[in-house]
Amino acid sequence: MRAASLLKSGWRAALLPVTLIVVAQVAATVTPLESDTLASPFDIARAFGSVMADGSLPKATLDTLKAAAAGCILGVGAGSLLGIVLGLSRLADDALDLTIELLRPVPVVALIPVVMMLLGFGAEMEIVIIALGLLWPSVVLARAAVKEVEPRLMEVSNVLQLGFLARLTKIVLPAILPQLFMSLKLAAGYALVVAVTVEITANPLGLGYGIMMAQQALRPAEMFAYLIWIGAIGWLISLLLNVAQRAFFPAFVKGDGR
Amino acid sequence: MKHFSLRKLFLGFGALALFILAWKLVTDAKLVSPIFFPGPERTYAALVKGLAGGAMLSQTLETVRRMLLGWLLASFVGVFLGALIGVSRRARAFIAPTLELLRPLPASAMIPIAIAFLGFSDNMVLVVIAFGALWPMLLATIHGFAAMEPRLYEVSAVLGLSRAEVIWKLALPSAMPMILASLRLGLTISLILAVVGEMLASRQGLGQSILAASRSFRSPDLFAGIVILGTIGLVGSRLLSFAERRLLRWQAVNR
Repeated sequence: MRAASLLKSGWRAALLPVTLIVVAQVAATVTPLESDTLASPFDIARAFGSVMADGSLPKATLDTLKAAAAGCILGVGAGSLLGIVLGLSRLADDALDLTIELLRPVPVVALIPVVMMLLGFGAEMEIVIIALGLLWPSVVLARAAVKEVEPRLMEVSNVLQLGFLARLTKIVLPAILPQLFMSLKLAAGYALVVAVTVEITANPLGLGYGIMMAQQALRPAEMFAYLIWIGAIGWLISLLLNVAQRAFFPAFVKGDGR
Repeated sequence: MKHFSLRKLFLGFGALALFILAWKLVTDAKLVSPIFFPGPERTYAALVKGLAGGAMLSQTLETVRRMLLGWLLASFVGVFLGALIGVSRRARAFIAPTLELLRPLPASAMIPIAIAFLGFSDNMVLVVIAFGALWPMLLATIHGFAAMEPRLYEVSAVLGLSRAEVIWKLALPSAMPMILASLRLGLTISLILAVVGEMLASRQGLGQSILAASRSFRSPDLFAGIVILGTIGLVGSRLLSFAERRLLRWQAVNR
């Protein structure tokens, strides 16, 4: 019964993309396609095979993922730490709220020229920009999570006269772990977006640079292969993190059927 | 209550003053070379000069215009398409999975594609902004429609409402909180993509001007540009939160 309903929703979901691909292929075959901007699905698959085989795509993917992961860990780590401190200390929160609210809306791409000037091109510059981009969202999520910790747990920690570190590791961190993972999940997707953006805009490295080069070399099949690959990676990351979330924090996943 | 907010205001401005002081001390002590990292007073001077002298003012207006145009385009198309797809259960079953599949695709990855089709033009930047900001609004509208209380659909069937009436009178108001939140997200994305687009295509605007400032090591101009961009983001999101509160007041009363 369940398999049947899955099959039913499955073919419905697959119909649109499959139709689009078939139509594109037919259109490319019927009209003699000779274009600097379009490519037929077959050509795209072939281009994908060749950039995969010559090692440029795996290397670019690794560069992008490494930068995104490093930036993610740095940004979410620092941001969550600051967020936890702000959530625990009323004084620090009141004091820093205004400054954070003023710094938060600065678009992360505006920092590209600054970091570029300080660090030049390369993986470091990209990691720093990603970390800066993830910092404020992590602060806000961690702060909100700490403020929602059951007040009685805090009372318990007061009664036990726990020090700051003991309170952090024994009460607060376990209580907000699911929200921290949620924050990491959102951050991972965003890290990939920022990484690709930085690579397209400035950094001669990774997938973003690859797609930009394919465009400038007027190789549309390769360009679309990169695009689809970037989309697939984003999709895979979110799938993996969703599965992990379901495995580690089953109670926290809302049963949304959509 | 009053006392607390006053305390908060006092502390907030105190911390901000400390932040600027620390900035000044770091630059005065030349911990980072002043070529890269200007002090607050030089940034302020560049800001005043740029805004009074005209160049930066016109660039700011250009960036804001671009951002708003792309955002408006995305809002109309996103909510309209979202309503068309969201109102029909069948359309949702067929189209929504494909859209979910495309969602994690970074909007900036579409820039090379847009360049291939439109070249380095103003239209290219506009299309990229609109395309990037479209997704949150489109998906929020579809989800908002899908999450509508099923009884309201039954009510509309009993009343014999047409599909357009269902959208206008029932579904849009009930999806409004999600749509408004996505409009705010869309504005943030629009600003980011406007800056990226200007940097890449060298169109007149703040993105291009801060990149040029960085390349010629005019760091005060660069920082002044960043301050303006932050202000644009701040004002935009504040205005939209204000609109959100006003428009959703009826819901707060209902609860």
